[in-house]
Amino acid sequence: MNHWKALASCLLWMTVLPLFAQTSSAPSTPTTSNPKQNKSASTQAVHQSDDGQRVFDQNCSRCHNAPQGFSPHISGTIVRHMRVRASLSKEDEQALLRFLNP
Amino acid sequence: MWRLLNLYAYPHRRILGAVTLLMSSLLFTPHVAAQNTPLISGGVGFFTSTNGGNTTYVPTISPVLVAPLGQHLLVESRANLIELFFPKPPGQSGYTSEPFLSLAYLQLDYLATSHLTVVGGEFLTPFGTYNERLTPIWISNFQDAPLITSLGTGTGSSVGGMLRGSAISTPKFSIDYAAYFSTESTNMQFNAERSTGGRVSIYLPEKRLELGTSYGRLLQGTQQNYFGAHAWWEPANTAFKLRSEYAHGAHSQGYWIETDYRLSRFGGDQSLIGRLEPVFRWQQTFRNSPDPTDGLPSADTQRTDFGLDYHLPHEVRINTSYARQFSSTGNHNVWETGIVYRFLFPTWKGK
Repeated sequence: MNHWKALASCLLWMTVLPLFAQTSSAPSTPTTSNPKQNKSASTQAVHQSDDGQRVFDQNCSRCHNAPQGFSPHISGTIVRHMRVRASLSKEDEQALLRFLNP
Repeated sequence: MWRLLNLYAYPHRRILGAVTLLMSSLLFTPHVAAQNTPLISGGVGFFTSTNGGNTTYVPTISPVLVAPLGQHLLVESRANLIELFFPKPPGQSGYTSEPFLSLAYLQLDYLATSHLTVVGGEFLTPFGTYNERLTPIWISNFQDAPLITSLGTGTGSSVGGMLRGSAISTPKFSIDYAAYFSTESTNMQFNAERSTGGRVSIYLPEKRLELGTSYGRLLQGTQQNYFGAHAWWEPANTAFKLRSEYAHGAHSQGYWIETDYRLSRFGGDQSLIGRLEPVFRWQQTFRNSPDPTDGLPSADTQRTDFGLDYHLPHEVRINTSYARQFSSTGNHNVWETGIVYRFLFPTWKGK
């Protein structure tokens, strides 16, 4: 029954390991190839960005890693694809689009 | 990915015709906004699997095409091009190969309202989570699909119509739904069963917990019901993920639990150690009565998969895994390795 011991060890290891990861680094987020930096971001813009981050975390990054970079010309297409795949509302779709195009 | 090989054969003309039609539609996209250029994405991979001493090699290309048409329409498709190299029958030396070419989905989406999307064409059957979310080769942690994947999903794809969307989305919780009807199709590229069903899920952001249930009913031959449930959990501030599913059919049932933990805590996710991702999956199936068509093993089966994935720069990932499967029909080991490159680019350079 060595395989049962190995299985139990693995389960224990996979359960305990996250407890040591309380301060893990923030997950990477997708970036367009040439994002425009808005140096005078208003509080509202920050809120919208947070909303987009929330939509991304709740719907996209739970299944797959973020693309390391993509053309801004396809950001709308990506978001619409995610709207269908992840069953996003139109509001969430727009928040995600703002997040990808700050 | 191996599931694809069981589902499709390879008469190429129809699928080539469909792809040609799809590509032609891009030329007639009337007005493309600056952010809505059609895209090509997907993955290219090379996989090996050693099962019972026999090694199989599988180079794969899985392209995805997404093309918006105006403000409310979207065309989506994913194909799988596979060349399977496997040992010749006993008594003969060397390898032989066989090509497979298939469409996973080819659908037209109409974004009717903020909370409703109408889908027509061939689409992935919305039962459980694995079929819709984890089958792309650049997403799945393991090469092999869970043993219960065929329960409730049939061939994996449906041909007909589907309603789906977000019923409600708030910072406290969100609920999404999908309901479909599929007609029977014996076309090799659009193979589907006459069936109906759907899925409802609730997601709790503060708990980072998703719970859902699925229902399916086969409407051809001996009609039968399928029930499913799933739970996903990603604790806050860790890279740990837990995914699980249960499915019940008329003649069999089973479940799987999968965990992964990317070691990004150790220097960030771009560090040497942080690129590692140990993965684990435990699954069991139970046979209540014989049914050679439901896709599950003929006897009760337990299987344990241990994997180690490594995320290289430039969207390249190496997957390795070892599995031990236990059954009254025999125990065996499965060793698998693979390398996958994920690509994403516009179909043409926008303005």
